[in-house]
Formats: sequence, structure tokens, C-alpha cells
Amino acid sequence: MLEFPDSMARKVSLFVPCFVDQLMPQVAVDTLKLLRRLGCDVYFPEDQTCCGQPAFNTGFWDDSRPCAERFLRVFRDAESIVCPSGSCTTMVRQFYPELLKETASLEEARAVGRRTFELSEFLVKVMGLTDVGASFSHSVTYHASCHGLRELQLRDEPLRLLKNVKGLKLIEMLRSEECCGFGGTFATKFESISVAMGTSKADSIAVTGAEYVTAIDPSCLMHMQGILSKRNDRAKTIHLASILASES
Amino acid sequence: MSNSGQGRATPTAENVRAHDDGKSAQAQKRPERSAAQQFFHDAAIKSADLVHREIIRKNMDSYFVAHDRGRSRFADWEAARQRCHEIKREAVNNLDKYLLQFEQNVIANGGKVFWAATSEEACQYVTELAVRHKVKTVVKSKSMVTEEIHLGLALEKVGCDVWETDLGEYIVQLRNEGPYHIVTPAMHLNRQQIAELFRDKFSEPNLTEEPEELVAAARRKLRKAFFAAEMGISGANFLIADSGVIAISTNEGNGRLTTSLPKIHVAVTGIEKILPRLEDLATFWPVLATSGTGQPITTYGTLIGGPKREGEVDGPDEFHVVLVDNGRSNLLAHKEEREVLHCIRCGACLNICPVYRHVGGHTYGTPYPGPIGSVLVPRLEGKEFEHLSYASSLCGACTSVCPVKIDLHHHLLHNRRDFTEKGSASARERLQFRLWRMAMQSPRIFALGGWLTRRALKMIYGFGLTGTIADPMRAWNKGRERVPLPQKSFREQWKKELKNGR
Repeated sequence: MLEFPDSMARKVSLFVPCFVDQLMPQVAVDTLKLLRRLGCDVYFPEDQTCCGQPAFNTGFWDDSRPCAERFLRVFRDAESIVCPSGSCTTMVRQFYPELLKETASLEEARAVGRRTFELSEFLVKVMGLTDVGASFSHSVTYHASCHGLRELQLRDEPLRLLKNVKGLKLIEMLRSEECCGFGGTFATKFESISVAMGTSKADSIAVTGAEYVTAIDPSCLMHMQGILSKRNDRAKTIHLASILASES
Repeated sequence: MSNSGQGRATPTAENVRAHDDGKSAQAQKRPERSAAQQFFHDAAIKSADLVHREIIRKNMDSYFVAHDRGRSRFADWEAARQRCHEIKREAVNNLDKYLLQFEQNVIANGGKVFWAATSEEACQYVTELAVRHKVKTVVKSKSMVTEEIHLGLALEKVGCDVWETDLGEYIVQLRNEGPYHIVTPAMHLNRQQIAELFRDKFSEPNLTEEPEELVAAARRKLRKAFFAAEMGISGANFLIADSGVIAISTNEGNGRLTTSLPKIHVAVTGIEKILPRLEDLATFWPVLATSGTGQPITTYGTLIGGPKREGEVDGPDEFHVVLVDNGRSNLLAHKEEREVLHCIRCGACLNICPVYRHVGGHTYGTPYPGPIGSVLVPRLEGKEFEHLSYASSLCGACTSVCPVKIDLHHHLLHNRRDFTEKGSASARERLQFRLWRMAMQSPRIFALGGWLTRRALKMIYGFGLTGTIADPMRAWNKGRERVPLPQKSFREQWKKELKNGR
């Protein structure tokens, strides 16, 4: 287990993914609310935009690089950087060093990457919490988002947090580690495949009978909600931060 | 029953349905569609095909159980993967040395080695051999490289009757398709479909759907071919440098008949199949079997070290190894991508891949489907197949199961980067990302752009134009409900209300 200095658990800079900022602000609002409730001093650097992942994943590394460099400038002095997305955290921690390999920013990228955390990871590993005092009286099933699971190795952290939420009934989903089909620009470039994968995921969700499906990645949830609504399925999506921020 | 005229080329969902005995699949392929257009077309059909989805789901679920059980038999599966990765890295990084050593040993064992730079050269060598020996019947055991170079088609052109003898391969050959999967070529079919096919092709209307009966019917056909064949063609799972032998893993015994009954045996394989030492098989054979089917080891592990020797009764008079490059050395030259040549063709990445399981093996339009195909084929075959590197959600499940630890999904990212750098992206996409990049360099433009987009979408939706040409989100909205549009972005809320809150 890594040891982190106390100040990292107290002083938090919020890294809000661009599409969360514009389309799913409640995820960021709940992240803020939760971290403040836990006693963190939370700051949102207003100069942040996008981490550069859409361009990076589509092959436009030259267009992605200025975003990465900008991110490093904006968050240079942050003690710890917390993001309610496994995917965007992956971009910073895993992919910045590769994207900036032959530039002067490489060391900075590595240093900032070490201080950037996905929310559940931050709570469990840095703050040392598994019970955040949340209460949510509903049945919930968990989808293991790919980047969090396979790039950041976050398998148990979100589940440990969920298991300590008062009133929450956690129902395990079959094939919970199978991709929901979002995949960034893949979702529109290969629309038919993405939707087919989403419907398979919706089938797995439906079998649980849960009221909610949760995940650590808002992009998966945005995609799954689109599919679930189209099918008039019972289950709704909710981000982990919103469950953890609830106090009944 | 005659097999001639059943040339197999790149299959597609469409020509599979419309298959016709007399014509080759290639002739049926609509020439006006590019490989990419064909992919989109077939993917849309297959991914919505719920019967297909269910068959594959069922087959894969039993594979996953066997695969889990197989891995648990290892004292340390992760250590075995790491060992395989290291041996392959040693082999691939010293390919020149080991291939020459292999050649030397094959020649010393009385065999011949042909180095084929291209698929044409490989096909030419084998067809000339067949013509020279007046070969009429060729039996083949399973080999993906022969699919890659379209050897069957080339042999049919010089008048040979070509028989696939692996049961799955035989079934798809009878259907005039290519293999659906690199290990289990007919996994997309259930036994009802196979029984129907056999009744029709064998003129045996009374065949039932009992697996034993179907296998027996196929065997009756194939035995005749084995006895008639003058040439047997196999692949090779491994080439062993230090002893000049080839290793073949099969489950049906057809591999041994193919390589020992006909008087000529030709093994056609890729240059990357090399292993330095015979003892390396002790790791690779169980790892391949476990990843391929979940078996501890395949039913038949065959080592072939040359033609029949003096005083021996069984075996071919001639043994040829055709070493196919066909673009592989380009990959070898590419330091970052070289490890793609580690692949032992176990199929584990196909099985775990949600894209593969939804679009199916034929949709890829190449003999190597799934993640490994999406990484490899654009590098081997060029621009026409670049779209495959984008047809992935980058979920990384493939990388997590690869027994030789190829970083598959990150290679997809590298492919995309390289294709963009050499100018493959459309002018429209380039412009989009250029504008996007400019917007992202200014928090003001970003915030304003976001605000305007949300307002514009609200208007478009308000006018009932969802999904029309006026809707910039129409690709998203086609199969999904619209993303709800919030009044205020987070940053607006932060500035006005949240900043000073506690």
C-alpha cells in the first residue's frame, strides 16, 4: 500500500472532464459535495478544458499534445488532482507520458500523473476511507468501466465503497467486466456496433432487476442511459459520486 | 462429389447468405464497395442479428468456463504468460539467426525450405510443385497462413481438387465461406445447420443431427480424399530452430494423415512462428491449448522433422517448408510494433472481444479477425484495412488475456496515430480536430462553444429535427435516446454558486 502525505488528502483540485462540465454537471457537483463533506479543501481550476483524449484515441496525437501541455500548466501546483472518471484519469496518468515522450514536459507529466486520481481510488487509497457515510435506499448493480478496470486496476475500490452505503442493495451483474460499447469516437463512428454492445449490456442490467446501474465513468453511463431510455428499461444510470454524495 | 470450383476468398455476411456452388466468393463480392464500406455494411447487419449473437454467446460462455478451468491448472498462469512473452521476444528479436538455424536443420533432416517474400511467391512455389508432380488431389490440415495467401484458390486454378480436412474448415469450405474463427472455423453454426448442409452436399437425406453421425458422414468423404491425395498441406504452430522440426497441434488427427499419407508434404507458415529450442514447447504447447480451447494439451501434438528416411515405411517422400514473409518483416523493422509478431494464433483475444462477438468473424473480411487482426492486417495488407484499427472501443479485454502478452489495444492506438500521421484521415476529420484543438486552448471559447452547442441542440430538438441532417448528434441519437441537456455547465455553477460554498 502506497503512503500519501496528509496534505494530499486535504487539498484537492477537481479535474472535471469536458463533457461532464457541459453535459453531466451533476456528477461534478456531487463529487464536490462529497469531497467537501469529507473535509477536503476543494478547488476547481477554471482554466481547464479537455485532457485531449478524444484526439489521442482517434490518432490525432499532434492535436492532443497541446491539450496535455495545457493540462500540466493548469494543474502544475495542485497537491492532488481528483477526477470522477477512470478514463480521463487514465489519459493523464497512463497516456501523457507516452504522448509527451519526446518533449521537455515528460517529467512534469509523470509527476502530475502520480498526483492524479480517479475518485474511488482517491477515497480508498489516499484518504483511506471505505465508508463515506452515504445513504441510498435502492437496489444497484455495478458496471466495471474498462479504463478504470484494466488501465488503473481499480477492481475492488468502487465495490468496497458501495458495500458501505447505508440502505443500498448491491446486485452483481453477469459479465460486469464486459465493455458497454461506448469507446469515445467509436460510439458514433461505429454506431451500429456500439449500440449492439450497449444492448447486450442493457440485457445484463435487466437480468439483475436493479433500479440503478452505477459506474465510475460518466461516459459509459451517458451511453448506457441512452440505450436504456430507448428501450424503456426500468434501470436508470447513476454515477458513483452521486450515490456516495447522497445522505438519504 | 467434386470439390473443384470452390475457391474461397474473403467472405462477407452477404455472399455467405447468397452462396452459390459454381462461383467463387470473390466473384460474388460487389466490386463497388471498398473493404471499409463492406465492413460497415456487414457490421450493421450482423450486430443486429440476435440469433447470431445468441449462438456466439453460448459457445463463448462454454469456452470461458473451460479457459478459466484451464488457467487454474497452472501453478502460476501469469508466470507462464511472462515466460512465453520473453521466449517470443528472444525469438522475434533474433529472427534472422533462428530462421537460418531452422533452415540448416531442415535441410540436414532431408527437407527443403523456400523463402517466400510475398503471398504470390509462396503460391507459385506450391502450385509449381503440384504441377511438376502432376498432383490432382490436395488435402489440407488447418492453416491460417494458407487462408492469408489464398493458396486454395491458387491450387484450384492449376486444376487441383483441394480438400480442407479439419472438420470445421471442411464445413465452411462446403458453404463456400472462409473460416469464422482462427481456431474454431465453424463456431457460428449450430448442428441443425450443419446437418442440413451435409444432407444437401452429400445427398444423404436421412442424416440426423447427431454429432456422431455427422462426423461419420464427413469422415467417409475425407478418408477417400486422404487416400487419393498426392500432396498434403499443413501449417505449423511452431518452427523449432535448434532441431529443424515443425510442431503441429490438432484435435482431430487429420493433421497426421495430411502430413504422412501423401507423398509430398508442404508446410506453409509465417516466419514469426519460430521458437529457439525444442524444450520451449514444454511451455508453449500447454499455453496454446489452454488459451485456444481450455484443454490442458491438444489431442495430437505432432513433431515433424523431414521426409521418410531410408528403411522407414510411413511418411512423405518430400518435405517442404514454405516460410512466408508477406509484410511481416515490415513489422519487424518497426521497433514499437514488433511484438505483434509474438502472436501464436490461439484465438483468446477473439473470444473475449465484445466487438468480435457482435459483428462476427466474417465481417472483418480478412482471415485474421478480432483484435489481433485489427492490429495486424492493416500493417500486412495496407491502407484498405485501416478501418479495422478504429473498430474497437479500446476496452483492453484482449490484452488482459493474450498468453504472450501482446499489448493489443495499445497497438491499436499506435496504428491510429501512424495512419493519421501519414495522412489517412479525411480532410473533414483533420479540420474538425484542428478546430477542436483551437477551442480547447481557450477556456472562454470552450465555455462559449459548449453553451452555444447546448442552446443549438435544444432548438433543433425543439423543432422536432432529432435524427435529421440538421442534428449534429444524429449518429448518437440513431440507436440511443438523446443526452439530456442541462441549463448550466458545471463551470457556470461553480462561478455563481459553488465556489464559495462549503
